[in-house]
Amino acid sequence: MPLDAKTSNDKKAFKSVGTSPIRPDGIDKVTGRARFGADMSAPGMLVGRILRSPHAHAKIKSIDTSKAEALPGVKAVITSADLPKYKDADEDILINIMARDRALYDGHTVAAVAAIDAAVAKKALKLIKVDYEIMPHVTDVDLAMLPNAPLVHPGRYDGMAENEHLALALQEQGKAKSKRKSTNIVSRYDFGHGDVKKGFKQADVIVEHEFTTEATHQGYIEPHACLANVSSDGSGELWVCTQGHFMVRDVCAALLGMDVSSLRVTPSEIGGGFGGKTTVFIEPVALALSRKAGRPVKVVMSREEVFRATGPTASSSIKVRLGAKKDGRFVAAEAVLKYQGGAFPGSPVEMGAMTAFACYDLANVKIVGYDVVTNRPKQAAYRAPGAPMSAFAVEGCVGELAEKLGMDPIELRKKNAAVEGTKSSYGPTFGPIGLVETLDAAKKHKNYKAKLGKNQGRGVASGFWFNFGGNTCVNINLNVDGTLALAVGTPDIGGSRASMCLMAAEELGIPYDDVRAIVADTSSLGYNDVTDGSRVTFASGLATINAARDCAAKLCKRAAQIWDIPADAVKWENGAAHPAGANAGDFPPLSIKELAGQAHSTGGPIAGHYEVNADGAGPSFATHVVDVEVDPETGATKVLRYLVVQDAGKAVHRAYVEGQFQGGAVQGIGWVLNEEYIYGEDGRLQNAGFLDYRIPVCSDVPMIDTVIVEVPNPGHPYGVRGVGETSIVPPLAAVANAVSAAIGVRATTLPMSPPRILEALKSKSA
Amino acid sequence: MSNIHVTTTINGDETEYVCRPDESLLDVLRDRLGMSGTKEGCGTGDCGACSVTLDGRLVCSCLVMGAEVDGHKVETIEGMADGEDLHPLQQKFLEHAALQCGICTPGFLVAAQSLLERNLDPTETEVRYWLAGNLCRCTGYDKIVRAVLDTAKDMRKVAKKSSAKKTAKKGARHAA
Amino acid sequence: MPEQRLLTVKLGGSLVSRAGGRTEFKLEGRNIMEMLRHLGRDCPELEPMLGNAVSVAVDGQIYRDALLHPLNPDNEIILLPRMAGG
Repeated sequence: MPLDAKTSNDKKAFKSVGTSPIRPDGIDKVTGRARFGADMSAPGMLVGRILRSPHAHAKIKSIDTSKAEALPGVKAVITSADLPKYKDADEDILINIMARDRALYDGHTVAAVAAIDAAVAKKALKLIKVDYEIMPHVTDVDLAMLPNAPLVHPGRYDGMAENEHLALALQEQGKAKSKRKSTNIVSRYDFGHGDVKKGFKQADVIVEHEFTTEATHQGYIEPHACLANVSSDGSGELWVCTQGHFMVRDVCAALLGMDVSSLRVTPSEIGGGFGGKTTVFIEPVALALSRKAGRPVKVVMSREEVFRATGPTASSSIKVRLGAKKDGRFVAAEAVLKYQGGAFPGSPVEMGAMTAFACYDLANVKIVGYDVVTNRPKQAAYRAPGAPMSAFAVEGCVGELAEKLGMDPIELRKKNAAVEGTKSSYGPTFGPIGLVETLDAAKKHKNYKAKLGKNQGRGVASGFWFNFGGNTCVNINLNVDGTLALAVGTPDIGGSRASMCLMAAEELGIPYDDVRAIVADTSSLGYNDVTDGSRVTFASGLATINAARDCAAKLCKRAAQIWDIPADAVKWENGAAHPAGANAGDFPPLSIKELAGQAHSTGGPIAGHYEVNADGAGPSFATHVVDVEVDPETGATKVLRYLVVQDAGKAVHRAYVEGQFQGGAVQGIGWVLNEEYIYGEDGRLQNAGFLDYRIPVCSDVPMIDTVIVEVPNPGHPYGVRGVGETSIVPPLAAVANAVSAAIGVRATTLPMSPPRILEALKSKSA
Repeated sequence: MSNIHVTTTINGDETEYVCRPDESLLDVLRDRLGMSGTKEGCGTGDCGACSVTLDGRLVCSCLVMGAEVDGHKVETIEGMADGEDLHPLQQKFLEHAALQCGICTPGFLVAAQSLLERNLDPTETEVRYWLAGNLCRCTGYDKIVRAVLDTAKDMRKVAKKSSAKKTAKKGARHAA
Repeated sequence: MPEQRLLTVKLGGSLVSRAGGRTEFKLEGRNIMEMLRHLGRDCPELEPMLGNAVSVAVDGQIYRDALLHPLNPDNEIILLPRMAGG
């Protein structure tokens, strides 16, 4: 088979792909040898610490750093005066990492110090005097949209468009017009097709609810950490835990006015990210401190800083209306979504709006989304950004519709499910997708047949995520013993090195253990986008496969030279070059080890490369089924059984695919039952620690059952779809539907903490 | 504040260091002794990433003072494998893919070892409650619990065999 | 000479309100770059968004930075906000 031939995904027999070998970085990670963000040090290293605003919104009238600077052991103090000022797309990031004239949220960076040790740095922070003038603040999305709301950015959003948004938003809420010229509404998003008014007229049953979700944090266990070292010639090195070191390099270079080539960023092992490490926070600050002090500076956030100053996801307020015929066919669907994304534009409301009804084939659908700013930390991406909230609302209504119609919730979804050729609710027509396959597999699973007892309920929900590709660059170097050094540029956040090794081994027909993958630094490899959008196994995988093919082509060429036959008369098979074709001659195959051993004397080293901006990431759908028991005395919910069924296209490393399903489900369980950002009247975050912001622990959850569905993605040589994000889309709704079934009241407010459930039970009996 | 001189045993090696009175054992391990296998996730005893044992008792090293361990025995993740030979828990964590990012793994391993030293036949519920002080955000705990239960099963087999051997030896001696 | 067929380009998301409610455009262009250039000329209000703030869905496939991707009048072309994942 020629190397560039398209392989047929569904018929391909795999040797390595689809197994679950031990990851190449495994031993380092179980012995404590793996080096994460905070695990690096340098000679002469200083400790960097950050001063943060205690106010939700305050004018910074002056900052006096003289006393801190005079403290023995302090080597540098910086404020916004030490960072360049300019107007372009990066300005929001620049202001977010260091406040200028105003502190915009509790935890906003105001100044930073570098000192000889942590004790001195701590003392120095106390000596910095900031003169604040407290301003009115707003942290709630609905309040922020009111005409009399305190403005986060007075005068910034006062154009025609924003005023129109405010007017429309007020009109949708049945409120009077406003004369206000400026608002906190940054953007309005419209999606949909058909005529919803007409559609609702045809409906036999209409379900309508308003839902709210609170902001939740990605909750990675490793706080942000980096070690910056800027030399006197202006060149710099940065060691950092990040989902994208090329992004860190480019953004930091721009923020600090450095040439991109003079900053080298090395990614550490990364202790979780879930989207929260796709931007910069401490990195430019550490570089600026190092530049000023002339010494290496390490900055490690405390957990409290992680909660107060790094991106949680948006909180939301959502209204959904869904109409159906008696037979269950949906005739109209409408949603208004309001997401606050903190003090800067960019809440993931547009993706919430696009994904809201993506599971369904709808003739009439209308979705409006509002992006709203508040005095909270700038939101960061969180696993399928924006989608879990809108799925919570929509799937809640679908669940209630099933109850009202007396239909099986899986059958109702199947009846309306999007399939290949469906015009999606956000516009484009779907290619091959696997939603129906997940519904079928869920219905067949034993969990769906389990008997439920008293105070128990079952919930079903489906979910969708786009998945992305993006800029990707991979190198494969053939070593002298025939093993391969594979260099990828996407940080390994959940075992992706293993998947890359599997795909390279598959393509070259060699053992998995003969391939070793590393995550290369920014000076060793071409640009790679951030590890996000569930893109790594798809895009870095696609690039790895093609780099391996490039390598195989060069190996064939080398064999052809050795045999003195034309290159196209050699084929690569089972880890060796074979003569192929009528006139190729009769030569014993040359194995990769034999070719590697003589490479240096037959024309030089052999390497494969591939660079691409990968498109064709197939969307992934999932269906979750969960059983819960609610204790009517305490209001506590216990998850009894949990099933995740998701389309992986082709699972490369099965155990890590299951791991993505399970991890997403449990994050979702935390979101729906426990987790929330709690702000006081003063606009300060009240629960900035793992004790009061409670993520699920081992004893909170059962085993998470998984079924991997494989509907091949035509955009990938092996049919791979991203799997990382979809798994967090259905759980909010699935658990909420189960709780609603258990208590007999529709749960519309997250989190469904025990007091809220008791309240709901009380309102039911009253 | 003057520094305190401490003599302790870490992973079987006698170790001396000086530290400030307000310095945690975690900071001493990581910053003074270069033992960065023990991780900091919160610094407030809520996440278990810094789990070590102190005289055989499972503790969060962020809640223990560096000066407190004078004359005591500390075991960390670095002491878990026997040279090249991994502890059965380490091997099972790899086989079960019980780690994704790996930041919580050292803490989970130390905590799980501490459980199996006390109870080699734990139920799933016992495993879940013992490990409830260790946070993992990636795995949903499923594969971690499976790895611990599977290790316990294997270790029971080994224990049974070696005790059977001992009994056999004893029997042989008696016979002689 | 047959009349040149135009691309049908639909808008989604925040582009709709920026374009004053217009949701569909008939445009020339052999690839995404040319199509966006014509769209910016037709509707100057959209111009600032057309740099790197949009994705283009062509026959169901979403392209984020593929300016040279060829287009023909039979394609389903939809402009969406630029998206990112976690």
